[in-house]
Formats: sequence, C-alpha cells, structure tokens
Amino acid sequence: MEKRVVFNGRLLPYLLLAPQLLITLVFFYWPAGQAVIQSFLVQDAFGLSTEFVWFENYQVLFSKPDYYKSMLTTAIFSSLVAFFSLSIALLLAVQADRHIKFAAGYKTLLIWPYAVAPAVAGVLWLFMFQPSLGIISQAVRVAGFEWNPLLRQDHAMTLVVMSATWKQISYNFLFFLAGLQAIPKSVIEAAAIDGARPARRFWTIIFPLLSPTTFFLLVVNIVYVFFDTFGIIDAATQGGPAKGTETMVYKVYSDGRSGGDLGGSAAQSVVLMVIVIVLTAIQFRYVERKVQY
Amino acid sequence: MVQRRRLLDFLPHLILMIGVAIVAFPVYVAFIASTWDAATISNGSMPLRPGPHFAENYYRTIFIGTSSSTREPVGTMMLNSLIMALTIAIGKIAISLISAFAVVYFRFPFRMTAFWIIFVTLMLPVEVRIFPTYKIVADLNMLDTFAGLTIPLIASATATLLFRQFFMTVPDELVEASKIDGAGPMKFFFDTLLPLSITSVAAMFVIQFIYGWNQYLWPLLITTKDNMQTIVIAIKKMIVTQDALTEWQLAMATAILAMLPPVFVVVVMQRLFVKGLVETEK
Repeated sequence: MEKRVVFNGRLLPYLLLAPQLLITLVFFYWPAGQAVIQSFLVQDAFGLSTEFVWFENYQVLFSKPDYYKSMLTTAIFSSLVAFFSLSIALLLAVQADRHIKFAAGYKTLLIWPYAVAPAVAGVLWLFMFQPSLGIISQAVRVAGFEWNPLLRQDHAMTLVVMSATWKQISYNFLFFLAGLQAIPKSVIEAAAIDGARPARRFWTIIFPLLSPTTFFLLVVNIVYVFFDTFGIIDAATQGGPAKGTETMVYKVYSDGRSGGDLGGSAAQSVVLMVIVIVLTAIQFRYVERKVQY
Repeated sequence: MVQRRRLLDFLPHLILMIGVAIVAFPVYVAFIASTWDAATISNGSMPLRPGPHFAENYYRTIFIGTSSSTREPVGTMMLNSLIMALTIAIGKIAISLISAFAVVYFRFPFRMTAFWIIFVTLMLPVEVRIFPTYKIVADLNMLDTFAGLTIPLIASATATLLFRQFFMTVPDELVEASKIDGAGPMKFFFDTLLPLSITSVAAMFVIQFIYGWNQYLWPLLITTKDNMQTIVIAIKKMIVTQDALTEWQLAMATAILAMLPPVFVVVVMQRLFVKGLVETEK
C-alpha cells in the first residue's frame, strides 16, 4: 500500500528520519554487531590479545550442562506461566462475556496489574511467601507444609510462576474478552436451539473460534516470559536457589556481571537473538493469516 | 438470547469476584504492611487490617528513606522515575511520528531500507544485547545521566509502525487541499496530520509511559550513584535476602508508591490504554 499524493523534498525526509536512525544504529545495530563479532573471538586472561576461533564459543556453550539447565528452566517457566495465565484469563473472560453489562466494571478491576513493574510484582509475592514472616507461608505451615523458596528450587519456581502469571492475566483477559465479543451470537444461539449445553457449546464452538486469539496470546506470553520476567526473577529469587530459577536471559546477565568470558556471554546473546527472530517471524506470519481471514 | 438458568446467572459473578479478590490480594497485603511497624511484621504477627503507622511510614519513605540500603529519600527516586518515563514516552512518540511521516509522505532513495532498519529493531530487545550496549553508553560517558538512561531506549519500531499505519488511513484529499493552499510538508504535518493523530498519540503515550516507568534492567546497570536511582530498582535493594534488617514496612510503602502512577494512568485512561495495547499488537 502506497500513498498516491506525496510531497517533494530531497533533504527533508532524511532529516526527519535522522534521529530515529541514529539512535537505532548506535544503540541497536552497533551493540548487536559487537555481540556477533565477539561470539567468534577468544580473549586471553589479561585481555591483551584476541583470536578468531570460529564457533568454539558456541561449542563450549553447548557442551555445558549449565546452559541446558537454563534452557530447561526457561521452557518450564514459559509453559507454566502460559498455561496458567491463559486458562485463568479465559475462565474470567468467559464469565465476563456472559454478563456484558458488568463486563466493563470487571475489566477495570482486572486489568491494572499490567501497569505494575515486574520487579514490584516479584517483591509483592516474595513478601507474602517469605518463609519466616510471609502471610501465606505461615498459613501453609499451620497446615503442616514446610514452605521455603530460599532453599527449595521447586518452591522458588512456584513463586516466580505465580508472580509472572499474576501480571499477565490482565493482558490475556483483555484480548480473550475482545475475541469472545467478536464471535457472532447467532452461532451460539443456533447451537443452543440444537440442544447443546453450555459446556458443549464452549468446547465445540467458542473454543475453536477463539483459537486465533489463543495462538496469538501463546506467542506473546512466551515472549513475555523470555524477556520481561527479568525483574521478577531478580527481585524474588536472583535466579536461585542453586540456579533453580535462572532463565536464559537471567544467565546472560549473571554470567556477564561476573565478567571474564566475553566470547561466551556474546554467544549466549546471539542465541537469544535467534530465538527472538524465530518468535517474531511466527507472530508476523500469524498476523498476515488473520488479515486474510 | 440463549436460555437462562438461575445458577448460571450468579455463578459468573462469583467466579469474577474471586478472580478480582485474588488479583487484588497481594497489593492489599502490601498496603497493610506499609501501615504497621517493623517489629509487628518481622515477628510474623501482622493482622490483615490497617495499622496505626500509615503517616509515619509514608513520611519516612518519601522524605527520609531507608536507613541502610538505598540512602536516598524515595521522593527523589520518584522524580527520577518520572523524568525517565516522560522522556522515554515523549521521545519515542516524537521521533517515531517524524520518521513515519517521512516514510509515508515522501519518495526518496533508500526509503524502504530506512523502514526495514527501524523494523528489524523489534527483534533486538535490550535484554539480548545488554552488555555491548552498556559498553557503548559507558564509552560515550553517559553513565549516571538521564541521557544514558533514556536515549538508548527511545528508538521504537512499534510506535513507527503504528503511526505509519495510521497515516495510511488519512485521506489523500487532505494533502491535495494543503498543497492547493500552498502549505509545505511541515505545515501539513503540524496543522493537519498531528491534530488528526491525537488519539493514537495519546494511546501510545499511555503504553510508553508505563514501559518507561517500569524499566528495571537498564537503570540497574546505568545508575551507580544513589541520587540517580529510580524507584523500581530501589525496592529490590531494600530487600536484603535472608536478613532480619529488611525494613519491610518501608519497602512495601515504596512498592505502593511505585505502583501508583502507572496504575493510575491505566485506570483513568482505560480506553486509551486498551486502544494502545490492541494497536501495538497489530
């Protein structure tokens, strides 16, 4: 799609684009390029000489059990957050859709956690689940359950999953509600006349018709867990205990912080870039399909 | 209308109310904690009703700060966060508006190249290039400055795409009319295009203000001086892991203060917020 009527100007369009392009080149392409170049180099211990080593940094990276562990952690974390935040949001959106009169009110009451910073969300949940004084850890201790996210990896994972889910429900709710309202009521009425009960109507009509929204949200949620949960993890668990909640993004940060292996850290960044490119490509392919649909 | 059942009429409200309660509970607990004293919280006997130390805790948080961990009053940090959020939001909108204008309303060599250069940045979130970007900011002597805090985050493919899409829907007749009236491109931009874009700009502002205010990883690396801290990174510093010294009542007051501005924006400008969210995902 192009405009038929345009302005003439030789220099002006370049001037208008200059600020954006300048920032993009200096702070996006330059560092990204640096990461790619560094991932092929090895520096000696004193930083005096560098050597081009082809894919050695990647070989080293992929031979470390550490790295597979962070991949597994990221996979578990993403699937749990996607599963819980999507199902809870869908449950709530379906209920709100039934009483469309009140939907606006419930919407206001449910969407605000989107605005809470991930790090703040992590702190809020940490406070409730703090082993000695947390209000919920005390309650479960009375019930005979010893809760300690500072010592047990599965408890720490539960804690970050809960904070991340809490923050993401609002977003999923908004899009599910919009998706539900776009389903023609006549289809549902027809099914009701044919004698389909609510549960059957949901699984055979509403859920399949909602699948484009669900798929879109699935991709968005995975991107969210990959890149936006850094604050939650850093505030609630710092990737611990014993790296039990260290996602791939958190690992880039903590390895880079401790310093030393520049090439290895750069190789990790490049792997992450490839993942974002794949996720973005999936997202855009899907958006194109939706336009034709 | 699909058939009605009495139970099915009430059940949705019940489920939604439980949902709302669960979503609100963590914030309620934080607020309660911010109204009690340190001793009550740390011996684990905090009741679920507001305590008597509301004014004292918030006064100490805003004007004095915690004693050990952050060493700055939270008021200063809120000001830092506000400057950062506003600069990022306004900066993103300004440079994206003019670049979208250039791409849509002009024909020039490398037009699509420029568009793709901007577009590809969608695939380079700050998290994946964090240390090389940090190094560039350090080399440019921009550590501990608002410029270093904001400029690297100002480029925005999302906003450029959104404004480009909006400009495409503006009728060509308006350009023709402006040209007949003898208006140049910049006059058209300021007098015709900008007033038409005002809703899109406002929606974008809401989204980007929240984005800017909630930044965490970037300010954590860029700021080393106490007086440059933002409120979001300060909260985490207040929580000393496995340490009885954490002043939870002040940390929770800070958490509440950190939530207030972005949550306020979302609730008050809900329509613009939803519009912004939906449009940025197109």
